[in-house]
Amino acid sequence: MNERYELNKNLAQMLKGGVIMDVTTPEQAKIAEQAGACAVMALERIPADIRAAGGVSRMSDPKMIKGIQQAVSIPVMAKVRIGHIAEAQILQAIEIDYIDESEVLSPADDKYHIDKTQFDVPFVCGAKDLGEALRRIAEGASMIRTKGEPGTGDVVQAVRHMRMMNSEMRRLQSMREDELYQAAKELMVPYDLVRYVHENGRLPVVNFAAGGVATPADAALMMQLGAEGVFVGSGIFKSGNPAKRAAAIVKAVTNYNDPKLLAELSEDLGEAMVGINEQEIELLMAERGK
Amino acid sequence: MTIAILAVQGAFAEHGAMLDRLGAAHFEIRQAADLARPFDGLILPGGESTVMNKLLRELDLFSPLKEKIDGGLPVFGTCAGLILLADRVEGGERCFGGMDVTARRNAYGRQLGSFRTQEPFAGKSVPMVFIRAPYIAQAGPEVEILAETGGHIVAARQGNRLATAFHPELTEDTTIHAYFLKMAASSLPADETFPGQ
Repeated sequence: MNERYELNKNLAQMLKGGVIMDVTTPEQAKIAEQAGACAVMALERIPADIRAAGGVSRMSDPKMIKGIQQAVSIPVMAKVRIGHIAEAQILQAIEIDYIDESEVLSPADDKYHIDKTQFDVPFVCGAKDLGEALRRIAEGASMIRTKGEPGTGDVVQAVRHMRMMNSEMRRLQSMREDELYQAAKELMVPYDLVRYVHENGRLPVVNFAAGGVATPADAALMMQLGAEGVFVGSGIFKSGNPAKRAAAIVKAVTNYNDPKLLAELSEDLGEAMVGINEQEIELLMAERGK
Repeated sequence: MTIAILAVQGAFAEHGAMLDRLGAAHFEIRQAADLARPFDGLILPGGESTVMNKLLRELDLFSPLKEKIDGGLPVFGTCAGLILLADRVEGGERCFGGMDVTARRNAYGRQLGSFRTQEPFAGKSVPMVFIRAPYIAQAGPEVEILAETGGHIVAARQGNRLATAFHPELTEDTTIHAYFLKMAASSLPADETFPGQ
């Protein structure tokens, strides 16, 4: 693809091994940066509050996003509704570093995602299986994350989505070459992306975990399952001691294979976000945008 | 010869892949226990310098690595790694230092300012990928300037310290990694031979 797309994939590579944190104010953004966030996601309400408030959830006020851009030196991301081309144009106009076309907000289009190839700024999109991931990449996403179930503090869906993507990739890898055409048809994705996964055993873009990560152990679990980094949304600023928990999650992502260190990091973090089980929630955000 | 790659955050795996292509042995440093293995050179990768600076200190890596760098260990920093090696950092904190340069963080602005170009490095034209990159705003007399683009210094060397504002590990071109391996090999005792190229 073109040079801009390569540069956008490259920025995601720089974020690897890091934690991207949801923040709603410049003060929170500074706490996140000082705790070791490799990027922040600027939004007016974190997913747990969006869930609690109900109603239509939209792109944040550009003024609020700009305040966060001025507060920190790390990359700043922000969310647009699925299919909302104009919201994405607005974020590009304020030079956002990454747009998250996100199921956390109310979808603006129930059929079409944004044609992300028409933009210069990069996009990250959620996926719960390989088909969704490759469709988003075909539309121009330069980074993928699991959908998980945002705002719940329950990691089960992020685990399910990561395991699903990985097992589908292993299946493609093990296929005969003449079987890939049918696989592309079944996944409803372009053949060349299927072929890439068959040859490389991985997505052509960086893949993070997101949705329901609340503890250092959750973050380490996702890394062990193959995530290249972690988004933490409600888990930090809905907890008792955000700065300490944020710093612990950052270290857990770096040393996700060291149980002794993880034990130390998990000590004394104060109260975790309360969380809701997937059976208790009425709205499954992961079902938005396939 | 073995190269250690700082792997607390960022694009460290890409450096490993470049060293594989050049046939050089390498391993990752994520915590103090990893320093027990001997190594002859160190790569500081791209990523977020604020994150690396913090994790280096909190994971007890800062002092032992600084001691090695100050003691002449060959070290190669790309992008964030350049910032870690700069004596002065505009818009950020000094980390290891050791190069008499002023690094300007996010010198090209946000992601829309990221770009790719082709310029000579020590006389040979190489592709250069800049991602929210810094550049060297000022360099002292001991610093050898190896590459410039748009009037700014983007690669430099001072003794055993090499730094680039761009990411050679994101291209197919192994010139700069080979340059670093040669640099590291020349500071080895005479009986150890250079395995790459």
